[in-house]
Amino acid sequence: MTMPREATLREHGVSKTSLSKDDGPRDGAGADGTAAVSLNDVAVRFRTKDRDVTALREVSLDVPMGEFVAIVGPSGCGKSTLLKLVAGLLKSSAGDVRLHGEQVDGPRPDIGYVFQRAALLEWRTARRNILLQAEMRRMPSAMARARADELIRMTGLGGFEDAYPHELSGGMQQRVALCRALLHEPPVLLMDEPFGALDALTREQMNMELNRIWRETGTTVLLVTHSISEAVYLANRVVVMSPRPGTITEIIDVGLPAERDYVETLARPEFREATTHIRELLGAASAED
Amino acid sequence: MSQSVMPGPTKEIAGVATRNRPGAGERFGKAVETSWRPVALLFACFVAWWAVAAAELVEPYLVPSPGATLDVLTGQTSYIWEHTWVTTYETLLGFVIAVVVGVLAAVVMVYSSTVEKTLYPILLFAQVVPKIAIAPLFVVWLGFGITPKVLIAVLIAFFPVVISMVTGLKAVDPEMLQLSATMGAKPWQTFVKIRFPASLPHLFSGLKVAVTLAVTGAVVGEFVGANEGLGYVILQANGNLDTPMLFAGLLVMSLIGVVLFVLVEIAEKLLLPWHASRRDNNVTTSF
Repeated sequence: MTMPREATLREHGVSKTSLSKDDGPRDGAGADGTAAVSLNDVAVRFRTKDRDVTALREVSLDVPMGEFVAIVGPSGCGKSTLLKLVAGLLKSSAGDVRLHGEQVDGPRPDIGYVFQRAALLEWRTARRNILLQAEMRRMPSAMARARADELIRMTGLGGFEDAYPHELSGGMQQRVALCRALLHEPPVLLMDEPFGALDALTREQMNMELNRIWRETGTTVLLVTHSISEAVYLANRVVVMSPRPGTITEIIDVGLPAERDYVETLARPEFREATTHIRELLGAASAED
Repeated sequence: MSQSVMPGPTKEIAGVATRNRPGAGERFGKAVETSWRPVALLFACFVAWWAVAAAELVEPYLVPSPGATLDVLTGQTSYIWEHTWVTTYETLLGFVIAVVVGVLAAVVMVYSSTVEKTLYPILLFAQVVPKIAIAPLFVVWLGFGITPKVLIAVLIAFFPVVISMVTGLKAVDPEMLQLSATMGAKPWQTFVKIRFPASLPHLFSGLKVAVTLAVTGAVVGEFVGANEGLGYVILQANGNLDTPMLFAGLLVMSLIGVVLFVLVEIAEKLLLPWHASRRDNNVTTSF
Protein backbone atom coordinates (compact mmCIF):
# COMPACT_ATOMS: atom_id res chain seq x y z
CA MET A 1 0.00 0.00 0.00
CA THR A 2 2.74 2.46 0.86
CA MET A 3 5.18 1.38 -1.82
CA PRO A 4 3.59 2.99 -4.85
CA ARG A 5 3.15 6.20 -2.95
CA GLU A 6 6.79 6.28 -2.00
CA ALA A 7 7.75 5.71 -5.59
CA THR A 8 5.57 8.61 -6.72
CA LEU A 9 6.79 10.88 -3.97
CA ARG A 10 10.38 10.31 -4.95
CA GLU A 11 9.59 11.71 -8.35
CA HIS A 12 8.61 14.91 -6.60
CA GLY A 13 11.96 15.42 -5.01
CA VAL A 14 11.27 13.63 -1.77
CA SER A 15 13.72 11.13 -0.44
CA LYS A 16 12.53 7.78 0.79
CA THR A 17 14.09 7.99 4.23
CA SER A 18 11.48 10.35 5.56
CA LEU A 19 8.68 7.96 4.80
CA SER A 20 9.67 4.86 6.67
CA LYS A 21 7.99 5.56 9.96
CA ASP A 22 9.69 2.67 11.74
CA ASP A 23 12.92 4.66 11.64
CA GLY A 24 13.06 5.89 15.20
CA PRO A 25 13.44 9.64 15.42
CA ARG A 26 16.82 9.27 17.06
CA ASP A 27 18.13 6.68 14.65
CA GLY A 28 20.83 9.10 13.72
CA ALA A 29 22.49 9.37 10.36
CA GLY A 30 21.60 7.13 7.43
CA ALA A 31 23.52 4.01 6.61
CA ASP A 32 26.04 5.96 4.57
CA GLY A 33 26.58 8.37 7.46
CA THR A 34 25.25 11.42 5.56
CA ALA A 35 23.69 14.03 7.79
CA ALA A 36 20.29 15.43 6.83
CA VAL A 37 21.59 18.96 7.26
CA SER A 38 25.20 19.89 7.44
CA LEU A 39 26.74 23.34 7.80
CA ASN A 40 30.48 23.69 7.56
CA ASP A 41 32.16 26.89 8.70
CA VAL A 42 29.36 28.99 7.23
CA ALA A 43 29.39 32.78 7.21
CA VAL A 44 26.85 35.31 5.93
CA ARG A 45 27.71 38.93 5.33
CA PHE A 46 25.28 41.59 4.17
CA ARG A 47 26.33 44.82 2.57
CA THR A 48 24.19 47.76 3.65
CA LYS A 49 24.62 51.29 2.33
CA ASP A 50 27.33 52.39 4.72
CA ARG A 51 28.83 49.20 6.16
CA ASP A 52 29.22 45.47 5.97
CA VAL A 53 27.24 43.47 8.48
CA THR A 54 28.23 39.97 9.48
CA ALA A 55 25.06 38.07 10.30
CA LEU A 56 26.65 34.67 10.82
CA ARG A 57 30.22 33.46 11.20
CA GLU A 58 31.94 30.13 11.70
CA VAL A 59 28.76 28.14 12.03
CA SER A 60 29.24 24.40 11.84
CA LEU A 61 26.44 21.99 12.59
CA ASP A 62 25.54 18.44 11.61
CA VAL A 63 21.99 17.26 12.02
CA PRO A 64 21.48 13.52 11.61
CA MET A 65 18.31 12.30 9.92
CA GLY A 66 15.28 12.25 12.15
CA GLU A 67 16.77 14.54 14.77
CA PHE A 68 14.93 17.52 16.24
CA VAL A 69 17.23 20.50 16.67
CA ALA A 70 16.08 23.75 18.24
CA ILE A 71 17.99 26.99 17.76
CA VAL A 72 17.76 29.71 20.40
CA GLY A 73 19.49 33.04 20.72
CA PRO A 74 18.89 36.75 21.16
CA SER A 75 17.05 38.71 18.48
CA GLY A 76 19.18 39.45 15.44
CA CYS A 77 21.67 36.64 16.03
CA GLY A 78 21.01 35.16 12.62
CA LYS A 79 18.76 32.26 13.61
CA SER A 80 16.35 32.88 10.76
CA THR A 81 19.25 33.49 8.40
CA LEU A 82 20.50 30.04 9.25
CA LEU A 83 17.18 28.42 8.30
CA LYS A 84 17.03 30.38 5.05
CA LEU A 85 20.52 29.13 4.22
CA VAL A 86 19.42 25.54 4.64
CA ALA A 87 16.33 26.17 2.48
CA GLY A 88 18.50 27.79 -0.18
CA LEU A 89 16.56 31.04 0.08
CA LEU A 90 19.80 32.80 0.94
CA LYS A 91 23.38 32.26 -0.20
CA SER A 92 26.23 31.89 2.25
CA SER A 93 29.23 34.18 1.87
CA ALA A 94 31.62 31.45 2.96
CA GLY A 95 31.56 27.80 3.93
CA ASP A 96 29.14 25.23 2.61
CA VAL A 97 25.63 24.13 3.35
CA ARG A 98 24.53 20.61 2.50
CA LEU A 99 21.18 18.87 2.53
CA HIS A 100 21.56 15.09 2.46
CA GLY A 101 25.12 15.54 1.30
CA GLU A 102 24.10 17.72 -1.62
CA GLN A 103 25.38 21.28 -1.82
CA VAL A 104 22.58 23.84 -1.45
CA ASP A 105 22.89 26.44 -4.20
CA GLY A 106 19.30 27.58 -4.77
CA PRO A 107 15.82 27.17 -3.31
CA ARG A 108 15.42 23.55 -2.27
CA PRO A 109 12.11 21.81 -2.87
CA ASP A 110 12.92 18.84 -0.62
CA ILE A 111 12.08 20.72 2.56
CA GLY A 112 8.99 22.05 4.33
CA TYR A 113 9.05 25.61 5.64
CA VAL A 114 6.89 27.22 8.31
CA PHE A 115 7.09 30.94 9.06
CA GLN A 116 6.12 32.84 12.19
CA ARG A 117 3.09 34.20 10.39
CA ALA A 118 1.01 31.49 8.82
CA ALA A 119 1.34 33.16 5.37
CA LEU A 120 -1.89 31.69 4.04
CA LEU A 121 -3.67 32.74 0.87
CA GLU A 122 -6.81 34.59 1.99
CA TRP A 123 -8.82 33.45 -1.01
CA ARG A 124 -8.29 29.77 -0.38
CA THR A 125 -9.94 27.56 2.20
CA ALA A 126 -7.78 25.72 4.71
CA ARG A 127 -7.76 22.60 2.56
CA ARG A 128 -6.90 24.45 -0.63
CA ASN A 129 -4.13 26.31 1.17
CA ILE A 130 -2.66 22.96 2.15
CA LEU A 131 -3.05 21.68 -1.40
CA LEU A 132 -1.13 24.66 -2.81
CA GLN A 133 1.97 22.62 -2.05
CA ALA A 134 0.68 19.80 -4.25
CA GLU A 135 -0.37 22.12 -7.09
CA MET A 136 3.03 23.78 -7.24
CA ARG A 137 4.76 20.39 -7.25
CA ARG A 138 2.23 18.90 -9.66
CA MET A 139 1.63 15.96 -7.35
CA PRO A 140 -1.10 13.58 -8.47
CA SER A 141 -4.25 15.09 -7.01
CA ALA A 142 -5.79 11.92 -5.57
CA MET A 143 -2.64 11.21 -3.60
CA ALA A 144 -2.34 14.82 -2.46
CA ARG A 145 -5.96 14.88 -1.29
CA ALA A 146 -5.56 11.69 0.69
CA ARG A 147 -2.42 13.02 2.29
CA ALA A 148 -4.10 16.36 3.08
CA ASP A 149 -7.00 14.58 4.76
CA GLU A 150 -4.56 12.54 6.81
CA LEU A 151 -2.72 15.69 7.94
CA ILE A 152 -5.96 17.53 8.67
CA ARG A 153 -6.92 14.69 10.98
CA MET A 154 -3.47 14.49 12.51
CA THR A 155 -3.33 18.20 13.36
CA GLY A 156 -6.90 18.41 14.61
CA LEU A 157 -8.11 20.63 11.80
CA GLY A 158 -11.07 18.37 11.12
CA GLY A 159 -14.26 20.39 10.60
CA PHE A 160 -12.34 23.49 9.53
CA GLU A 161 -11.14 22.31 6.12
CA ASP A 162 -13.53 24.62 4.30
CA ALA A 163 -13.01 27.69 6.47
CA TYR A 164 -11.14 30.69 5.09
CA PRO A 165 -8.05 31.96 6.92
CA HIS A 166 -9.83 35.00 8.34
CA GLU A 167 -12.36 32.67 9.92
CA LEU A 168 -9.63 30.77 11.77
CA SER A 169 -7.82 31.58 15.01
CA GLY A 170 -4.05 32.06 15.03
CA GLY A 171 -3.45 28.52 16.26
CA MET A 172 -5.66 27.04 13.57
CA GLN A 173 -3.95 29.10 10.87
CA GLN A 174 -0.58 27.85 12.03
CA ARG A 175 -1.88 24.28 11.89
CA VAL A 176 -2.83 24.87 8.25
CA ALA A 177 0.68 26.19 7.57
CA LEU A 178 2.14 23.11 9.24
CA CYS A 179 -0.02 20.77 7.15
CA ARG A 180 1.04 22.62 4.01
CA ALA A 181 4.70 22.20 4.97
CA LEU A 182 4.22 18.48 5.61
CA LEU A 183 2.06 17.62 2.60
CA HIS A 184 4.89 16.37 0.39
CA GLU A 185 6.44 14.44 3.29
CA PRO A 186 9.63 16.49 3.30
CA PRO A 187 12.67 14.82 4.82
CA VAL A 188 13.54 18.11 6.51
CA LEU A 189 11.12 20.51 8.20
CA LEU A 190 12.33 24.05 8.84
CA MET A 191 10.34 26.13 11.32
CA ASP A 192 11.03 29.80 11.97
CA GLU A 193 9.39 30.77 15.27
CA PRO A 194 6.20 29.06 14.18
CA PHE A 195 4.38 29.62 17.46
CA GLY A 196 5.76 33.05 18.30
CA ALA A 197 2.50 34.83 17.65
CA LEU A 198 0.30 32.44 19.63
CA ASP A 199 -0.95 32.80 23.18
CA ALA A 200 0.74 30.70 25.85
CA LEU A 201 -1.99 28.04 26.10
CA THR A 202 -2.28 27.49 22.37
CA ARG A 203 1.47 27.42 22.16
CA GLU A 204 1.78 24.61 24.71
CA GLN A 205 -0.85 22.66 22.84
CA MET A 206 0.94 23.17 19.54
CA ASN A 207 4.18 22.03 21.19
CA MET A 208 2.55 18.77 22.26
CA GLU A 209 1.15 18.26 18.80
CA LEU A 210 4.46 19.01 17.13
CA ASN A 211 6.18 16.48 19.35
CA ARG A 212 3.64 13.86 18.33
CA ILE A 213 3.81 14.75 14.62
CA TRP A 214 7.59 14.59 14.70
CA ARG A 215 7.45 11.13 16.26
CA GLU A 216 4.84 9.95 13.79
CA THR A 217 6.60 11.25 10.67
CA GLY A 218 10.24 10.82 11.63
CA THR A 219 11.09 14.07 9.86
CA THR A 220 14.27 15.93 10.64
CA VAL A 221 13.26 19.24 12.24
CA LEU A 222 15.13 22.52 12.64
CA LEU A 223 13.15 24.87 14.87
CA VAL A 224 14.08 28.48 15.55
CA THR A 225 12.46 29.80 18.72
CA HIS A 226 12.69 32.49 21.36
CA SER A 227 11.29 30.22 24.02
CA ILE A 228 13.86 28.23 25.97
CA SER A 229 11.28 25.86 27.41
CA GLU A 230 9.80 25.22 23.98
CA ALA A 231 13.27 24.42 22.66
CA VAL A 232 14.10 22.01 25.47
CA TYR A 233 10.68 20.36 25.47
CA LEU A 234 10.78 19.63 21.74
CA ALA A 235 14.40 19.08 20.77
CA ASN A 236 17.02 16.37 21.01
CA ARG A 237 19.65 19.07 20.89
CA VAL A 238 19.45 22.82 21.48
CA VAL A 239 21.82 25.12 19.63
CA VAL A 240 22.52 28.30 21.59
CA MET A 241 23.68 31.25 19.54
CA SER A 242 25.47 34.47 20.47
CA PRO A 243 24.43 37.98 19.46
CA ARG A 244 25.56 39.46 16.15
CA PRO A 245 27.77 38.39 14.53
CA GLY A 246 25.89 35.20 15.29
CA THR A 247 27.80 32.07 16.00
CA ILE A 248 27.16 28.90 17.95
CA THR A 249 27.97 29.31 21.64
CA GLU A 250 27.13 25.80 22.69
CA ILE A 251 25.11 22.77 21.65
CA ILE A 252 23.20 21.17 24.49
CA ASP A 253 22.13 17.56 24.42
CA VAL A 254 18.76 17.51 26.15
CA GLY A 255 18.70 13.81 26.92
CA LEU A 256 14.94 13.39 27.24
CA PRO A 257 13.01 10.49 25.70
CA ALA A 258 11.34 11.07 22.31
CA GLU A 259 7.82 10.75 23.65
CA ARG A 260 7.28 13.58 26.07
CA ASP A 261 4.29 14.26 28.23
CA TYR A 262 4.14 18.02 28.69
CA VAL A 263 3.59 18.40 32.40
CA GLU A 264 5.74 15.46 33.31
CA THR A 265 8.62 16.62 31.08
CA LEU A 266 8.62 20.11 32.51
CA ALA A 267 9.01 18.67 35.99
CA ARG A 268 11.95 16.44 35.11
CA PRO A 269 15.41 17.38 36.46
CA GLU A 270 16.97 17.07 32.95
CA PHE A 271 14.49 19.64 31.68
CA ARG A 272 15.20 22.11 34.43
CA GLU A 273 18.91 21.56 34.18
CA ALA A 274 18.90 22.24 30.44
CA THR A 275 16.67 25.32 30.63
CA THR A 276 18.70 26.80 33.48
CA HIS A 277 21.92 26.20 31.62
CA ILE A 278 20.61 27.79 28.42
CA ARG A 279 19.25 30.74 30.36
CA GLU A 280 22.67 31.27 31.87
CA LEU A 281 24.29 31.08 28.46
CA LEU A 282 21.93 33.65 27.03
CA GLY A 283 22.35 35.88 30.05
CA ALA A 284 19.82 38.06 31.73
CA ALA A 285 19.06 39.69 28.37
CA SER A 286 16.68 36.92 27.41
CA ALA A 287 13.16 37.99 28.13
CA GLU A 288 11.57 34.60 28.05
CA ASP A 289 8.27 33.03 29.08
CA MET B 1 -5.53 5.50 15.68
CA SER B 2 -3.74 7.31 18.43
CA GLN B 3 -5.15 10.62 17.29
CA SER B 4 -8.33 10.24 19.28
CA VAL B 5 -6.39 9.89 22.50
CA MET B 6 -4.19 12.87 21.85
CA PRO B 7 -5.17 16.26 23.21
CA GLY B 8 -7.18 17.69 20.39
CA PRO B 9 -7.67 21.35 19.59
CA THR B 10 -11.07 21.42 21.28
CA LYS B 11 -10.14 24.43 23.38
CA GLU B 12 -9.65 26.44 20.27
CA ILE B 13 -12.85 25.69 18.50
CA ALA B 14 -14.55 28.36 20.56
CA GLY B 15 -12.02 30.86 19.34
CA VAL B 16 -12.83 30.28 15.69
CA ALA B 17 -14.91 32.98 14.14
CA THR B 18 -18.25 31.59 13.13
CA ARG B 19 -19.43 32.41 9.67
CA ASN B 20 -22.23 34.83 10.10
CA ARG B 21 -23.93 35.58 6.83
CA PRO B 22 -26.50 38.27 7.58
CA GLY B 23 -30.02 37.66 6.36
CA ALA B 24 -31.73 39.80 3.74
CA GLY B 25 -33.70 41.81 6.30
CA GLU B 26 -30.65 42.50 8.39
CA ARG B 27 -28.68 43.53 5.32
CA PHE B 28 -31.44 45.92 4.25
CA GLY B 29 -31.50 47.41 7.73
CA LYS B 30 -27.76 47.93 7.57
CA ALA B 31 -27.98 49.49 4.13
CA VAL B 32 -30.64 51.94 5.35
CA GLU B 33 -28.57 52.77 8.39
CA THR B 34 -25.44 53.58 6.38
CA SER B 35 -27.09 55.40 3.50
CA TRP B 36 -29.91 57.50 4.97
CA ARG B 37 -27.68 60.52 5.61
CA PRO B 38 -26.38 60.97 2.04
CA VAL B 39 -29.86 60.22 0.68
CA ALA B 40 -31.37 62.84 2.99
CA LEU B 41 -28.78 65.39 1.90
CA LEU B 42 -29.42 64.69 -1.78
CA PHE B 43 -33.12 65.03 -1.17
CA ALA B 44 -32.54 68.36 0.57
CA CYS B 45 -30.56 69.60 -2.44
CA PHE B 46 -33.36 68.49 -4.72
CA VAL B 47 -35.92 70.35 -2.61
CA ALA B 48 -33.72 73.45 -2.66
CA TRP B 49 -33.46 73.21 -6.45
CA TRP B 50 -37.21 72.85 -6.71
CA ALA B 51 -37.82 75.77 -4.31
CA VAL B 52 -35.42 78.07 -6.19
CA ALA B 53 -37.09 77.21 -9.49
CA ALA B 54 -40.65 77.44 -8.14
CA ALA B 55 -40.08 80.82 -6.47
CA GLU B 56 -38.38 82.02 -9.68
CA LEU B 57 -35.44 83.34 -7.68
CA VAL B 58 -33.36 82.74 -10.78
CA GLU B 59 -34.48 83.15 -14.34
CA PRO B 60 -35.91 79.82 -15.64
CA TYR B 61 -33.56 79.86 -18.62
CA LEU B 62 -30.65 79.76 -16.16
CA VAL B 63 -31.99 77.14 -13.76
CA PRO B 64 -34.83 75.02 -15.12
CA SER B 65 -37.35 73.51 -12.74
CA PRO B 66 -37.04 69.81 -11.88
CA GLY B 67 -40.33 69.36 -13.68
CA ALA B 68 -39.00 70.83 -16.93
CA THR B 69 -35.92 68.62 -16.73
CA LEU B 70 -38.09 65.58 -16.16
CA ASP B 71 -40.25 66.57 -19.12
CA VAL B 72 -37.18 66.49 -21.35
CA LEU B 73 -36.13 63.10 -19.98
CA THR B 74 -39.57 61.57 -20.56
CA GLY B 75 -40.50 63.51 -23.68
CA GLN B 76 -37.31 63.01 -25.66
CA THR B 77 -36.35 59.59 -24.41
CA SER B 78 -35.26 58.14 -27.71
CA TYR B 79 -33.04 61.13 -28.54
CA ILE B 80 -31.34 60.98 -25.13
CA TRP B 81 -31.10 57.21 -25.14
CA GLU B 82 -29.40 57.18 -28.54
CA HIS B 83 -26.67 59.56 -27.38
CA THR B 84 -26.37 57.90 -23.97
CA TRP B 85 -25.62 54.65 -25.71
CA VAL B 86 -22.84 56.27 -27.76
CA THR B 87 -21.17 57.76 -24.69
CA THR B 88 -21.53 54.52 -22.74
CA TYR B 89 -20.01 52.56 -25.60
CA GLU B 90 -17.02 54.91 -25.87
CA THR B 91 -16.55 54.83 -22.10
CA LEU B 92 -16.66 51.06 -21.84
CA LEU B 93 -14.37 50.51 -24.81
CA GLY B 94 -11.88 53.01 -23.40
CA PHE B 95 -12.11 51.45 -19.94
CA VAL B 96 -11.57 47.91 -21.19
CA ILE B 97 -8.56 48.90 -23.32
CA ALA B 98 -7.10 50.87 -20.39
CA VAL B 99 -7.51 47.84 -18.09
CA VAL B 100 -5.92 45.38 -20.50
CA VAL B 101 -3.00 47.62 -21.43
CA GLY B 102 -2.61 48.91 -17.86
CA VAL B 103 -2.51 45.46 -16.28
CA LEU B 104 -0.03 44.17 -18.87
CA ALA B 105 2.18 47.23 -18.44
CA ALA B 106 2.12 46.80 -14.66
CA VAL B 107 3.08 43.13 -14.90
CA VAL B 108 6.00 43.90 -17.22
CA MET B 109 7.17 46.71 -14.96
CA VAL B 110 7.05 44.60 -11.82
CA TYR B 111 9.00 41.76 -13.42
CA SER B 112 11.58 43.88 -15.23
CA SER B 113 13.29 46.60 -13.25
CA THR B 114 14.84 47.95 -16.45
CA VAL B 115 11.42 48.53 -17.95
CA GLU B 116 10.17 49.97 -14.68
CA LYS B 117 13.07 52.39 -14.38
CA THR B 118 12.53 53.49 -17.96
CA LEU B 119 8.76 53.66 -18.04
CA TYR B 120 7.60 54.60 -14.56
CA PRO B 121 9.08 58.14 -14.42
CA ILE B 122 7.71 58.87 -17.88
CA LEU B 123 4.33 57.59 -16.81
CA LEU B 124 4.34 59.83 -13.77
CA PHE B 125 5.41 62.77 -15.88
CA ALA B 126 2.78 62.05 -18.52
CA GLN B 127 0.25 62.37 -15.74
CA VAL B 128 1.18 66.06 -15.44
CA VAL B 129 0.17 66.75 -19.05
CA PRO B 130 -3.52 67.71 -18.96
CA LYS B 131 -5.01 65.03 -21.18
CA ILE B 132 -8.05 67.20 -21.79
CA ALA B 133 -5.75 69.61 -23.60
CA ILE B 134 -4.62 66.84 -25.94
CA ALA B 135 -8.19 66.17 -27.02
CA PRO B 136 -8.27 68.77 -29.84
CA LEU B 137 -5.07 67.27 -31.23
CA PHE B 138 -6.64 63.82 -31.33
CA VAL B 139 -9.61 65.21 -33.21
CA VAL B 140 -7.25 66.80 -35.74
CA TRP B 141 -5.39 63.53 -36.14
CA LEU B 142 -8.21 61.03 -35.97
CA GLY B 143 -11.29 62.90 -37.11
CA PHE B 144 -14.75 63.20 -35.66
CA GLY B 145 -15.44 59.49 -35.23
CA ILE B 146 -15.44 57.41 -32.10
CA THR B 147 -11.66 56.81 -32.04
CA PRO B 148 -10.44 60.06 -30.42
CA LYS B 149 -13.09 59.76 -27.67
CA VAL B 150 -12.09 56.21 -26.86
CA LEU B 151 -8.44 57.19 -26.90
CA ILE B 152 -8.95 60.03 -24.42
CA ALA B 153 -10.95 57.70 -22.17
CA VAL B 154 -8.07 55.19 -22.36
CA LEU B 155 -5.46 57.84 -21.55
CA ILE B 156 -7.40 59.11 -18.57
CA ALA B 157 -8.31 55.69 -17.14
CA PHE B 158 -4.91 54.10 -17.78
CA PHE B 159 -3.03 55.76 -14.93
CA PRO B 160 -5.08 54.55 -11.94
CA VAL B 161 -5.08 51.04 -13.41
CA VAL B 162 -1.30 50.86 -13.77
CA ILE B 163 -0.58 52.42 -10.39
CA SER B 164 -2.99 50.18 -8.50
CA MET B 165 -1.81 47.06 -10.29
CA VAL B 166 1.88 47.82 -9.68
CA THR B 167 1.09 48.51 -6.02
CA GLY B 168 -0.90 45.28 -5.78
CA LEU B 169 1.75 43.11 -7.37
CA LYS B 170 4.40 44.60 -5.11
CA ALA B 171 2.30 44.30 -1.98
CA VAL B 172 2.49 40.52 -2.03
CA ASP B 173 3.84 39.03 1.19
CA PRO B 174 7.58 38.34 0.56
CA GLU B 175 7.32 35.24 2.75
CA MET B 176 4.65 33.92 0.40
CA LEU B 177 7.15 34.22 -2.46
CA GLN B 178 9.88 32.47 -0.46
CA LEU B 179 7.43 29.74 0.42
CA SER B 180 6.59 29.38 -3.23
CA ALA B 181 10.31 28.95 -3.96
CA THR B 182 10.55 26.12 -1.42
CA MET B 183 7.65 24.46 -3.24
CA GLY B 184 9.76 24.37 -6.37
CA ALA B 185 7.22 26.61 -8.12
CA LYS B 186 7.97 28.01 -11.57
CA PRO B 187 7.73 31.80 -11.85
CA TRP B 188 4.49 31.60 -13.84
CA GLN B 189 2.97 29.32 -11.19
CA THR B 190 3.84 31.84 -8.49
CA PHE B 191 2.30 34.57 -10.61
CA VAL B 192 -0.94 32.75 -11.41
CA LYS B 193 -1.56 31.22 -8.00
CA ILE B 194 -0.16 33.84 -5.63
CA ARG B 195 0.87 37.18 -7.05
CA PHE B 196 -1.99 37.93 -9.41
CA PRO B 197 -4.86 36.99 -7.08
CA ALA B 198 -3.15 38.83 -4.22
CA SER B 199 -3.04 42.02 -6.31
CA LEU B 200 -6.75 42.00 -7.23
CA PRO B 201 -8.05 44.01 -4.25
CA HIS B 202 -5.64 46.81 -5.16
CA LEU B 203 -6.54 46.55 -8.83
CA PHE B 204 -10.24 46.87 -8.09
CA SER B 205 -9.79 50.05 -6.09
CA GLY B 206 -7.99 51.43 -9.15
CA LEU B 207 -10.73 50.18 -11.47
CA LYS B 208 -13.38 52.10 -9.54
CA VAL B 209 -11.48 55.33 -10.04
CA ALA B 210 -10.69 54.46 -13.66
CA VAL B 211 -14.28 53.72 -14.69
CA THR B 212 -15.59 57.09 -13.54
CA LEU B 213 -12.65 58.86 -15.19
CA ALA B 214 -13.37 57.02 -18.43
CA VAL B 215 -16.80 58.72 -18.59
CA THR B 216 -15.10 62.11 -18.26
CA GLY B 217 -12.66 61.15 -21.01
CA ALA B 218 -15.38 60.17 -23.44
CA VAL B 219 -17.44 63.32 -22.79
CA VAL B 220 -14.39 65.59 -23.15
CA GLY B 221 -13.70 63.94 -26.50
CA GLU B 222 -17.28 64.69 -27.54
CA PHE B 223 -16.97 68.32 -26.44
CA VAL B 224 -14.06 68.87 -28.76
CA GLY B 225 -15.68 67.56 -31.87
CA ALA B 226 -18.56 65.17 -32.34
CA ASN B 227 -22.00 64.78 -33.82
CA GLU B 228 -23.27 62.26 -31.32
CA GLY B 229 -22.95 61.42 -27.63
CA LEU B 230 -24.00 63.20 -24.45
CA GLY B 231 -21.16 65.71 -24.76
CA TYR B 232 -22.60 66.71 -28.12
CA VAL B 233 -26.10 66.88 -26.61
CA ILE B 234 -24.88 69.24 -23.91
CA LEU B 235 -23.02 71.46 -26.36
CA GLN B 236 -26.09 71.67 -28.60
CA ALA B 237 -28.34 72.46 -25.64
CA ASN B 238 -25.85 75.07 -24.50
CA GLY B 239 -25.92 76.75 -27.92
CA ASN B 240 -29.71 76.85 -27.89
CA LEU B 241 -29.87 77.98 -24.25
CA ASP B 242 -31.94 74.84 -23.69
CA THR B 243 -31.09 74.46 -19.99
CA PRO B 244 -33.62 71.69 -19.28
CA MET B 245 -31.89 69.55 -21.91
CA LEU B 246 -28.51 70.54 -20.48
CA PHE B 247 -29.57 69.45 -17.01
CA ALA B 248 -31.03 66.22 -18.37
CA GLY B 249 -27.76 65.46 -20.15
CA LEU B 250 -25.80 66.11 -16.97
CA LEU B 251 -28.07 63.84 -14.95
CA VAL B 252 -27.78 60.96 -17.42
CA MET B 253 -24.01 61.39 -17.62
CA SER B 254 -23.69 61.16 -13.83
CA LEU B 255 -25.97 58.16 -13.91
CA ILE B 256 -23.62 56.36 -16.34
CA GLY B 257 -20.74 56.95 -13.92
CA VAL B 258 -22.72 55.71 -10.94
CA VAL B 259 -24.00 52.60 -12.72
CA LEU B 260 -20.54 51.64 -14.02
CA PHE B 261 -19.04 52.21 -10.57
CA VAL B 262 -21.66 49.96 -8.98
CA LEU B 263 -21.05 47.32 -11.66
CA VAL B 264 -17.34 47.28 -10.82
CA GLU B 265 -18.22 46.95 -7.13
CA ILE B 266 -20.53 44.04 -7.88
CA ALA B 267 -17.82 42.38 -9.98
CA GLU B 268 -15.43 42.83 -7.07
CA LYS B 269 -17.85 41.21 -4.63
CA LEU B 270 -18.42 38.28 -6.98
CA LEU B 271 -14.77 37.74 -7.85
CA LEU B 272 -13.25 38.46 -4.45
CA PRO B 273 -15.81 37.35 -1.88
CA TRP B 274 -12.98 36.74 0.58
CA HIS B 275 -11.86 40.34 0.30
CA ALA B 276 -15.31 41.92 0.38
CA SER B 277 -16.41 40.01 3.45
CA ARG B 278 -13.26 41.00 5.28
CA ARG B 279 -13.62 44.62 4.37
CA ASP B 280 -17.27 44.75 5.38
CA ASN B 281 -16.31 43.72 8.88
CA ASN B 282 -14.30 46.86 9.49
CA VAL B 283 -15.69 49.64 7.36
CA THR B 284 -18.72 50.38 5.32
CA THR B 285 -18.22 49.93 1.61
CA SER B 286 -16.62 52.70 -0.32
CA PHE B 287 -19.92 53.46 -1.97
